[in-house]
Amino acid sequence: MKRVALLGMPNTGKSTFFNRVSGASARVGNWPGITVDLMRAKILLGGHIAELIDLPGIYDLHGFSDDEQVVRHFLTATKVDLIIIVANSSQIDRQLSLALQLKSLGLPSMLLLNMSDEAKRSGIRIDTKKMSEKLGMPVMQISAKYGENCPAAFKTASALLGTQLSSIDPEQVEHQLEADINIEHEMESIVQSTVEMPIQLGDELTTRIDKVLLHPWLGLPLFFLAMYVLFQFIFAVGKPLQDGIAWLLAMLRNDGLEPLLANTPTWVNGLLLDGIYNGLGTVAAFVPIIILFFLVMTMVEDSGYLSRAAFLVDALMAKMGLDGRGFVMVLMGFGCNVPALMGTRVMRSKNMRLLTMLVIPLSLCSARLQVFLFMTATLFTPQQAPLVLLALYLVSFATIFITAMLFRGQYKNNEPFILELPPYRFPTARQIWLRGWHEVRHFLNRASNFIVIGVILVWALTHIPLDVAPASDATLAGKIGHLFSGVFGPIGIDNQLVIALIFGFVAKEIVIGALAVIYGLQGDALMHLMAQKLDWVQGMSFMLFTLIYTPCLSTIITLKNEAKSWMFAGLSIVWSLSLAWTVSFAFYQTARWLGL
Amino acid sequence: MESNQIRNLDRAQYLDSLEPGQIATIQKVAVDEGLYQRLAALGFRVGKSIALIRRASFNGPLQVRVGNTDIILRRSEANRIKVKPL
Repeated sequence: MKRVALLGMPNTGKSTFFNRVSGASARVGNWPGITVDLMRAKILLGGHIAELIDLPGIYDLHGFSDDEQVVRHFLTATKVDLIIIVANSSQIDRQLSLALQLKSLGLPSMLLLNMSDEAKRSGIRIDTKKMSEKLGMPVMQISAKYGENCPAAFKTASALLGTQLSSIDPEQVEHQLEADINIEHEMESIVQSTVEMPIQLGDELTTRIDKVLLHPWLGLPLFFLAMYVLFQFIFAVGKPLQDGIAWLLAMLRNDGLEPLLANTPTWVNGLLLDGIYNGLGTVAAFVPIIILFFLVMTMVEDSGYLSRAAFLVDALMAKMGLDGRGFVMVLMGFGCNVPALMGTRVMRSKNMRLLTMLVIPLSLCSARLQVFLFMTATLFTPQQAPLVLLALYLVSFATIFITAMLFRGQYKNNEPFILELPPYRFPTARQIWLRGWHEVRHFLNRASNFIVIGVILVWALTHIPLDVAPASDATLAGKIGHLFSGVFGPIGIDNQLVIALIFGFVAKEIVIGALAVIYGLQGDALMHLMAQKLDWVQGMSFMLFTLIYTPCLSTIITLKNEAKSWMFAGLSIVWSLSLAWTVSFAFYQTARWLGL
Repeated sequence: MESNQIRNLDRAQYLDSLEPGQIATIQKVAVDEGLYQRLAALGFRVGKSIALIRRASFNGPLQVRVGNTDIILRRSEANRIKVKPL
């Protein structure tokens, strides 16, 4: 099979082109370094099945960061038949260096000058024919975002694959990589003879927006205001959808499933309805909010605002031994901690990476958000609930701050902080739709794997032996909870809820699923019962513990893989568990002491 | 006296001492090899002109423009880039 790789500097639209050509939904965003892994897809190219590989963005073939090493390792270990270099047309004056480096390696390549729409708007003209002659490889201007000229680029790639007889041996590439070459003069001369740039550079709209958003003392308040408005939007739109789904699910159960399963043995009925259906249904009701959440995240990521946020908070992050990129990773962690952890690959200093990876799991991810939405709606009035949620986000930031301050000395680093500030961009409807669909699939994937298994196990533990009252102390769950009562008693978490926390170790979605199973109810009935069984102090202690202790199994495995150390993953688990317990203990005991 | 004269003749400064809106020419990038490569790839090459756009508050990073690229970097890196104001 032929192999075609996409290579280019960060944030040039490789993944956008990859998605466009393969129909895949690789994550894209206006942030340098959003792709950190090799993405692969099979495509039909010139009558052959070819493998298309989307490589992480690199600045230089000789670079030192982990993602640059990933690309170098790929090139020296894999036989590639064609390299499609993707560059930002507007920045071709510097990005041409990568094309020249590849040319010197002798790998069969072609150059795509992407974002032709932006270049045209700022009056940049490129003589692709002349550039192609000078470089000795096909050069074409495209817009991967809007699909302009993409079919033609595709055709050229097929033709190249068809004629390409000799491709270079990976070993030869390795040898060539060692020999450094001076490309500066060549680049200068090619750019001068082929590119026409207006004297006044920079996107004018971007400059004007930045004047406000990066204002010395308005910048930060505007950032928090923007976050607040976005969250308000998510909940204002998401809440009715959530209620609608919960209503539909309850109706389906009462009018459809219950009559249908009426004749099955009690335990089968219980397992199917109270276990799997209630458990999954309670989790599924949150899907609309989570999708909305990710759609908003997509727009923020695509807008280019994340790099601005990094600019605004870097001074504060520096005091914590981190940098502005770490803050952006924490923001991405609000969606899901796993990609945020992988995103730290753009950092070159191992120590800074480790410190950032230690704080990311404390960022309140969307799975935990579901638990909190559920619990706050149960235990607080509609007026109080958003404030409690805000408080939890603040606690999340506080634990990040404490952790970084405590471990800063352990992970001393002097990583330079250098980051591109891309122009503001707006995602197309297609990009937003792709991302939303991607998140739905991701959720269904999790649901069909461990959420189902989790709720079945919780059901079994809370219902075996079958002859005792469900979820009572006589069940297996009660006995397990009893074992831990010395630990969880002082923080106000009873034996049944301990089971939810134990399974929450695997995934936080299971926590709400587990609550539905433990109490054998769903929707409003579940909320009523929980409000009777738990007071708000216990609920808050439970939420604080859920917020701080290890987010999920996937996060732990990612931590281990990224740090290449079980020790580090272990440290993260032990630290987050101790911090979670301490915070919950302090909260619970203080509240009780105050007579609450 | 003599050294004063030399200083006056040689108007070289470092990037962190520019004022917002000021444009200069890059004269020397005195950083380690890894960082040098990264900066070169971002367009920091000797002879190129560079503009300081703004500084973040609380002694935060600088925003500069080289060619058609906006870049943020900390003052600790900026003070190793020698520039000559235009």
